[in-house]
Amino acid sequence: MTTTLERVAVPVLALLASALLFGLLLALYAKVDPLEAFALMYQGAFGSWFSWQNTLTRAAPLILTALCTALPARLGLVIIGNEGALVAGGVAAAAAGVAVSGAPSLVVQIMMALAAMIIGGLWIALAGGLRQWRGVNETISSLLLTYIAIALMNHFVEGPLRDPSSLNKPSTHPIGDTNMIGTISGTDVHWGLVFGIVACVAIYVFQRFTTWGFAMEVIGGNPKTARMMGLNVDRYVLLACGAGGAAAGLAGMIEVAAVHGRANASLAVGYGYSGILVSFLARHHPIAIVPVAILLGGIGASGGLLQRRLDLPDAAVVVLQGIIFVAILASETLYGRLWKPKAVA
Amino acid sequence: MSAPSLELIGFSKRFGTLAALDDVSVKIQAGAFHALLGENGAGKSTLVKCAMGYYGADAGEILLNGRQITIDHPRQAHELGLGMVYQHFTLVPNMTVLENFVLSREHVPAVIDWASERKLLKEFFSTTPFAVPLDTPVADLAAGQKQKGEILRQLYLKRNLLILDEPTSVLTPDEADEVLTTLKKLTQDKSLTIVVITHKFREVNAFCDTVTVLRRGKLVGTRPTAELDNDAMAEMMVGQREARAVVERDQRDPGEPVLQVEALSVADNVGQLAVEDLSLEVRAGEIVGVAGVSGNGQRELVETLAGQRHARSGGMKVHGERYTATRPEMIRHKIACLPEEPLRNACVAEMSVAENMALRSFDQPPSSPDGIRLRRAPMRDMARRLIEAYRVKTPGPDAAIKGLSGGNVQRAVLARELSSEGDLLIVANPCFGLDFAAVAEIRARIVQARNRGAAVLLVSEDLDEILQLSDRIVVMFDGKLALQTPGASADVGSIGRAMAGH
Repeated sequence: MTTTLERVAVPVLALLASALLFGLLLALYAKVDPLEAFALMYQGAFGSWFSWQNTLTRAAPLILTALCTALPARLGLVIIGNEGALVAGGVAAAAAGVAVSGAPSLVVQIMMALAAMIIGGLWIALAGGLRQWRGVNETISSLLLTYIAIALMNHFVEGPLRDPSSLNKPSTHPIGDTNMIGTISGTDVHWGLVFGIVACVAIYVFQRFTTWGFAMEVIGGNPKTARMMGLNVDRYVLLACGAGGAAAGLAGMIEVAAVHGRANASLAVGYGYSGILVSFLARHHPIAIVPVAILLGGIGASGGLLQRRLDLPDAAVVVLQGIIFVAILASETLYGRLWKPKAVA
Repeated sequence: MSAPSLELIGFSKRFGTLAALDDVSVKIQAGAFHALLGENGAGKSTLVKCAMGYYGADAGEILLNGRQITIDHPRQAHELGLGMVYQHFTLVPNMTVLENFVLSREHVPAVIDWASERKLLKEFFSTTPFAVPLDTPVADLAAGQKQKGEILRQLYLKRNLLILDEPTSVLTPDEADEVLTTLKKLTQDKSLTIVVITHKFREVNAFCDTVTVLRRGKLVGTRPTAELDNDAMAEMMVGQREARAVVERDQRDPGEPVLQVEALSVADNVGQLAVEDLSLEVRAGEIVGVAGVSGNGQRELVETLAGQRHARSGGMKVHGERYTATRPEMIRHKIACLPEEPLRNACVAEMSVAENMALRSFDQPPSSPDGIRLRRAPMRDMARRLIEAYRVKTPGPDAAIKGLSGGNVQRAVLARELSSEGDLLIVANPCFGLDFAAVAEIRARIVQARNRGAAVLLVSEDLDEILQLSDRIVVMFDGKLALQTPGASADVGSIGRAMAGH
């Protein structure tokens, strides 16, 4: 039996083990005092209001991309195409935003969000459909779809959608300053954070208090039983994949509409991949995703400080992320074994 | 090589608070064909597993040929010539018989001289009462041949005391007789001692010379079979308890057809046709029993009816309407399913008893007023009622269903499926792995459903169950119906022959 205590204790243990491993790496390879490094990381992530804002800004897209893994995971699927859905959504949002840029800004924003969610949703639903109807492994197909999405983005920003004035970094036309999503008043954090938190709460309510959410839990728990109950497994898989993809697509829209103002290669900086990590760390629980995304956002935010003060490469924090991911996957085997001895058959 | 005698003295074994074995002593004579009889959970398997060194017993001594020995590990038991044959096959399916035999030896050389191994094995087969083809992959052997292979392997490994755990449960009656007859000869030659765990009185009577009965972990007694008739054995097995809930079936003529299967063809997991052009009708108020040896398409038929598998061609009708196993159809026609191994096939193990009991009704009032919102309080109330009505032993409605015993999981599923008083009940091996009391109750519930006018399709590998419950019996062989007969006048011989494809 997986107890609630275990659900918290196992990821925490994995995090501690990762920190220990990362500290060893810093001490032995980079010749840096690990305690100093961790102190700096704390400072860079949560040490000041400025670093908090940086952390939250990074957490916003992670919350939404994590949902792209967490929703299908409820049905037993392992989707890792978050980055692709984010990129596809971002390009779609920019295209939509440019197309209707003359309209009132609220209309533009809604159109951008819709375009991003539809394209992102279709992107991941494609992986779900391939699995249900053609028996293609959804993990592989969603990963490969990411490469296609990035290639398509490059094609569009360098070709049909290119703003001729973007010389060094091919980009789409800007969506226009008036159409940008602003920041939460009194902060530098954009509204994407609120979107993400609202989405997580909405999905929690959906999973817990609707028959559809219940049906998805049944499918994830035992697809055979679900079919015996006449549940349309194919439809629920498409729905969950579509909703997950839509969340990642929305993350892409927010990157365009709140950060870059246009779509370009800056969309594919790894928020999608970090979202996978967030979802697994949160055990695919929609509410747990929020604090985990903030933690991971903080680790990302602290990279700059490590670079400036300890002369560590910027990628050091990516190494830590990688270690955490491996530790989380390895710790999956610990459930049910932490306290109780193995039951006698 | 001569048959050894084996004596187990004072065996006890506890699992947690449960005394699985309590001071059990059995003496097995050299060359005996000794039956170990008892209900599920009586301790038969625990006893032989202690003897074989799979479990460490809490107390107990073993005498082999009168000499005291200790067995802490199956390997020691093997070295002493003790071997075990299981209900389910342990030969590697995609390897040939020769490969299986050679690789199961205790010491396999790093480089195997297959030519000489083949010669040795051929010579060995010339000394055994039956043989199996050497170069056929085990997967291609029929069930009877596989079981023979399992037994031959034990002999090949020079085991001269065999413990057989329900060795005939997957065989046709003819195959079972053939295997047991040859084994009997080996015991009469005093070259083999056999302990057989079984439920089948017929086999005990026909082949065993001594029978030991266990009940709830305690020894009831050891007697020569000649002194016992079936009633006496049954009484030893179940004790003073009400032996068998009499199944009260009222006389009724079957009504309108409820389920019509029309020229149905279904593929198995590898794309071979498992059900071929099968047509079948089940009327209101009748139980149609589908007999057959497992693997003749019954599983695929049931899965198609239950909505777990798509038909390749043909179709199904319920109440004359086309039926494609969607949820609205299931709810409209009130279709219920009792599959085998309910925890694996009809439950979500991680979810609670209440949630599992609501799987049929969670999107209907009162659990959901509009099909969208989900209310857990009515779910829990319904579960409490069902838990009481069906006497499900559970810590409460919120306990995870996987913590329940097999019989209680089946009762929970029964409660869910039967409480809606459905028109069509699809049942597959409902009593597989359950104890005597649970079996009687579940069979009674199935007959009750029939008595109130439900159409029941009962697929079972247990012929006794089919004979006891069915109004009409059909036999499935190789994906087709081989025989149809009324249940009252069924001839066991012709059913057995149809099961074997004659």
